[in-house]
Amino acid sequence: MIPGAFEYYRPRGVEDAIAILQQHGDDARVMAGGHSLIPMMKLRMADVPHLIDLQDIASLKGITVSAGQVTLGAMVTQHELINSAELREAAPVLRETALQIADPQVRYCGTIGGNVANGDPGNDMPALMQCLDAEFTLVGPNGSRAIKAREFYEAAYMTGREDDEILTAIRFDVSGAGYAYEKQKRKIGDYATAAAAVLLTRENGMCTGASVALTNLSDVPVWSQAAGAALEGTDCNDAAIKAAVKAALAEADPTEDNRGPVAFKLHVAGIIIERAIRTAWQRA
Amino acid sequence: MSKMQIKLTVNGRERELLAEPRELLIHLLREELNLTGPHIGCDTSHCGACTVEMDGKSVKSCTVFAAQANGAEVTTIEGLAEPGSLNVLQSAFREHHGLQCGFCTPGMITRAHRLLQENPDPSEEEVRFGMAGNLCRCTGYQNIVKSILAAATELNAAKEAAE
Amino acid sequence: MNDLTPDSAARAAKLKGLGCSRKRVEDVRFTQGKGNYVDDIKLPDMLFGDFVRSPYAHARIKSINIDAAMALPGVIAVLTAKDLEPLGLHWMPTLAGDKQMVLADGKVLFQGQEVAFVIAEDRYINADAIELVEVEYEELPVLTDANKAMDADAVVLREDLAGQTSGAHGERRHHNHIFRWEAGDEAATNEVLEAADVVVEETVYYHRTHPCPLETCGSVASMDKTTGKLTLWGTFQAPHVVRTVASLISGIEEHNIRVISPDIGGGFGNKVGVYPGYVCSIVASIVTGRPVKWVEDRMDNLMATAFARDYWMKGKISATKEGKITGLHCHVVADHGAFDACADPTKFPAGFMSICTGSYDIPTAWLGVDGVYTNKAPGGVSYRCSFRVTEAAYFIERMIEVLAIELGMDAAELRAKNFIAKDQFPYESALGWEYDSGDYHTAWTKALKAVGYDDLRAEQAERIEAFKRGETRKLLGIGLSHFTEIVGAGPVKNCDILGMGMFDSCEIRIHPTGSAVARFGTISQGQGHATTFAQILASEIGIAADSITVEEGDTDTAPYGLGTYGSRTTPVAGAAAAMAGRKIRAKAQMIAAYLLEVHDGDLEWDVDRFVVKGAPEQFKTMTEIAYASYNQAIPGLEPGLEAVSYYDPPNMTYPFGAYICVMEIDVDTGTHEIRQFYALDDCGTRINPMIIEGQIHGGLTEALAIAMGQEIAYDDIGNVKTGTLMDFFLPTAWETPTYTTDFTETPSPHHPIGAKGVGESPNVGGVPAFSNAVHDAFRPFGLKQAHMPHDHWRVWKIANDLGLHTQG
Repeated sequence: MIPGAFEYYRPRGVEDAIAILQQHGDDARVMAGGHSLIPMMKLRMADVPHLIDLQDIASLKGITVSAGQVTLGAMVTQHELINSAELREAAPVLRETALQIADPQVRYCGTIGGNVANGDPGNDMPALMQCLDAEFTLVGPNGSRAIKAREFYEAAYMTGREDDEILTAIRFDVSGAGYAYEKQKRKIGDYATAAAAVLLTRENGMCTGASVALTNLSDVPVWSQAAGAALEGTDCNDAAIKAAVKAALAEADPTEDNRGPVAFKLHVAGIIIERAIRTAWQRA
Repeated sequence: MSKMQIKLTVNGRERELLAEPRELLIHLLREELNLTGPHIGCDTSHCGACTVEMDGKSVKSCTVFAAQANGAEVTTIEGLAEPGSLNVLQSAFREHHGLQCGFCTPGMITRAHRLLQENPDPSEEEVRFGMAGNLCRCTGYQNIVKSILAAATELNAAKEAAE
Repeated sequence: MNDLTPDSAARAAKLKGLGCSRKRVEDVRFTQGKGNYVDDIKLPDMLFGDFVRSPYAHARIKSINIDAAMALPGVIAVLTAKDLEPLGLHWMPTLAGDKQMVLADGKVLFQGQEVAFVIAEDRYINADAIELVEVEYEELPVLTDANKAMDADAVVLREDLAGQTSGAHGERRHHNHIFRWEAGDEAATNEVLEAADVVVEETVYYHRTHPCPLETCGSVASMDKTTGKLTLWGTFQAPHVVRTVASLISGIEEHNIRVISPDIGGGFGNKVGVYPGYVCSIVASIVTGRPVKWVEDRMDNLMATAFARDYWMKGKISATKEGKITGLHCHVVADHGAFDACADPTKFPAGFMSICTGSYDIPTAWLGVDGVYTNKAPGGVSYRCSFRVTEAAYFIERMIEVLAIELGMDAAELRAKNFIAKDQFPYESALGWEYDSGDYHTAWTKALKAVGYDDLRAEQAERIEAFKRGETRKLLGIGLSHFTEIVGAGPVKNCDILGMGMFDSCEIRIHPTGSAVARFGTISQGQGHATTFAQILASEIGIAADSITVEEGDTDTAPYGLGTYGSRTTPVAGAAAAMAGRKIRAKAQMIAAYLLEVHDGDLEWDVDRFVVKGAPEQFKTMTEIAYASYNQAIPGLEPGLEAVSYYDPPNMTYPFGAYICVMEIDVDTGTHEIRQFYALDDCGTRINPMIIEGQIHGGLTEALAIAMGQEIAYDDIGNVKTGTLMDFFLPTAWETPTYTTDFTETPSPHHPIGAKGVGESPNVGGVPAFSNAVHDAFRPFGLKQAHMPHDHWRVWKIANDLGLHTQG
């Protein structure tokens, strides 16, 4: 498998990258770790005449935890997420999720920015970002803007990012919530048959905040407000969990593929969501 | 398509060559530098036969463009030991029958090398999880896991003895 | 003689001969990345060739336009069927007596079929040129369901066979029919079934899968126009056969063809076949006068070269009320894809499927196999098994289970009740095989005891109660399997490939200073021949294994042999090694007698020397004898110490084993966990226990993959749905369990050293063990048969169909 030819750019600043994007329009794409894009190029399913490698842009790197907020540069790798002592404290769910993505080699290269930006419904981080209510920073020719993860995804591979914008950073609040990222897949390296991210806040035995999001169960990540609402104000008893699962599943719309037919996926999704809720509640 | 100047350090030696940006690192290593230890097994970053070390990371060199490797420090199986000798991991693979056809072995050992750098005393579960990016069709992994655990023990004993 | 003469045992240990877990000599190279695989071969001026492949499963080719591709700088040529036709190479013979298009001739018959061959300066230019070849197709109706292939209105696939009512294996009953092959007595079997107390009927499907070695197939052809000599390197499990076939189809005299199998990155049957890529690389080298390399990528490999299995097996088994089996009836619809390119001995178009009576004493049986064409890739190779033995073993091990259900009997007990008894060997099976040796009851009892079978059944019963009470959602499955293999093809009298008898060979030369080189007609793909052949020879001739170089894979130097597949290497070439060694020893004895001035008969062999009987201080070591053979004129003897043996085995060998898999299954998600896997193998005499154990681990992992998820799946219009390793399941270290291995040792009575072959047993026996575990978990809820692979959704569907998701 051999990719088509391209011009290669390795800018040192975001502005330089944007200038190249502007110059070549649809013909240009940015690449972070490349582990989604390169296989597509090798299969000749993606034609990229102008390839912009972001690896030299220092401002896209780094993990910062301060003032109750986590900021991740887009080029932070899954490997760095897993090994960051700060994140283990501030947002352990990131590590739990990242460990379930691909395999060790891919995680050294794969980045959080690439994972959330390309709009692949199989990617795990978008649902987690919705669950965390993260905010993405997009930088374009006209400067920078923020967009909520919950508003970013439009359809498979279609996002709120304009062609000449680059997703540069991800921000979310530190929370002490109980967490879980539960994923069923066929093997290491596979996308989810069904996966769920759950965050639950517990006060005096009652759930005071709940956030539930799903991976690969629709053409976009699914953040289910109704599922969260079904848990809030309860002690996460069986009935509440059942209601939450039902609410989340009402928003799922998986398609049949080699992982199985729709009925199976929905059934497994129900189990996975329930397990994620129970684990998160235990940790809350 | 035009070629670009690529400069990188491979197995400790600085190399400079012309390559198309799209040339895959695995081809650059195998075709231009005659380092045929790493192999192509799946083309889609699943099998790990092409694993090399790049800037302290285990990477699948079939999914890295030569252009991306410009300026990088790369180590392949050929650079893990003095030519003609086996390092502790290589010896352990031989001792514990951690290979059969040998096709996955260079990638496997190169990955195991990095794994032990980061986790010098892994559990069996950690070895299995840490090696999950490398497929082997012959061994069923049992003796690969055994080899890596044995190498870890030996390396740790040597380290202790040195201290 | 100043030899310190340590005792025999100490000297034997130094030889590292039979039974020694000798470390592999191959590993020194492989661990340093110094293997030499086909894609590592680089010749001056070498070109790269690759295919334009069909996106359709069945279509007529209306036109092929190569102009744009030819205009690309660096493109040397684009070959189509029209270019090969004048050479008579647009079609080639298959190993199964059919023919196959080298490049699409008028139509394509499966997705991924080779349409045109692009030759370019490097693989990058080649890939770009492939994109530029314009092929106009007219789609035709697609046939993917083998069970519909012989419908009256089924689309005609092989127009080239129009009007041919017989093929290589007899009568063709339909335009998509390839052959009918039968064994046993159908009328007698039907009578037995009709009169039986109990009869069960079940359809067992063994799905299509693929050997998928980590290295794909490839070749490098180099035609030297000056000498007229063609050298062909390639991923060949049978290099000599490739040479003969290459000579037959190219017209190049066989002495002018040198075929070299370099290191091979796993074969598992994938590299037995002859592929269009090999032919095209040869033609391209002849046409261009430059070396040409062709190497598949993974998608090509999974789509186009050598699938395995795809057998629809409809069975009936009968028994007395007490559980004594009386008859077995099996009809198979065999999906061979677009061309019959199975790699089986010529007289066995369904391989050794007739071993399907398994380990059981079944007095009356019948097997009928109908091979059919479909719009799928050709192949039908033995994926880590001996010619359809894994299909046979899976079939009988499922039929035993459904019979046990019908009888309400424990499946372990039913097996034991029907095993061929130790004193029945050699045993003549109802389908015509003579099992050489076995002791099934001993192995079975040992296996059941090792896993604590009764306790497991008690735990399972408790689990079912707990499940019914709603306390758990996990079921426990105990998967039993007792298999008998038939390996070591084979006696030349009934086993040949393209007319070449399936013997094998060993040539050995002892050097003056007492070391040796031995050459074989086989080729290792990871089995460690360089290590184990030397061990066999060490024990036979008393030269340390470390002093014996083993060479194979070069047809210019190695003696003719039929290659390595079907676990035939140890039974056949291993026997040739022993026999060649014995020839050496016989001559050595004469030399020793001369040197010691005694009569031949006064000498006896002792590990590494001939000793004068009754005078242990008088002896000649093999090293001394070797030297003497080169430096002394010995009356009546030629100088030198060499031997060659071509071994035609009198019979196959019949390894067997008992496997037990304990599996936890989550009924809600369809996921599983293998809690325990116990594998007892009896492969006769054990040459290198370390290597045997490694073979078993690997074979079991391939069995795990096949049973639990691996398949080549097609959609209704013949698109391959599992073309990359994302979807084609190869387990990682994480999904693979830890196995416990064990053994009994029942030597083959007819093999010179009693060895039987082992590499494929774990695949043959493993698949039913894993699959039976899944079935066994659901058996209490009424499951009789569910087709593999048992991936998550299919297991979930079993539970769903049984109503296990609506309870509670």
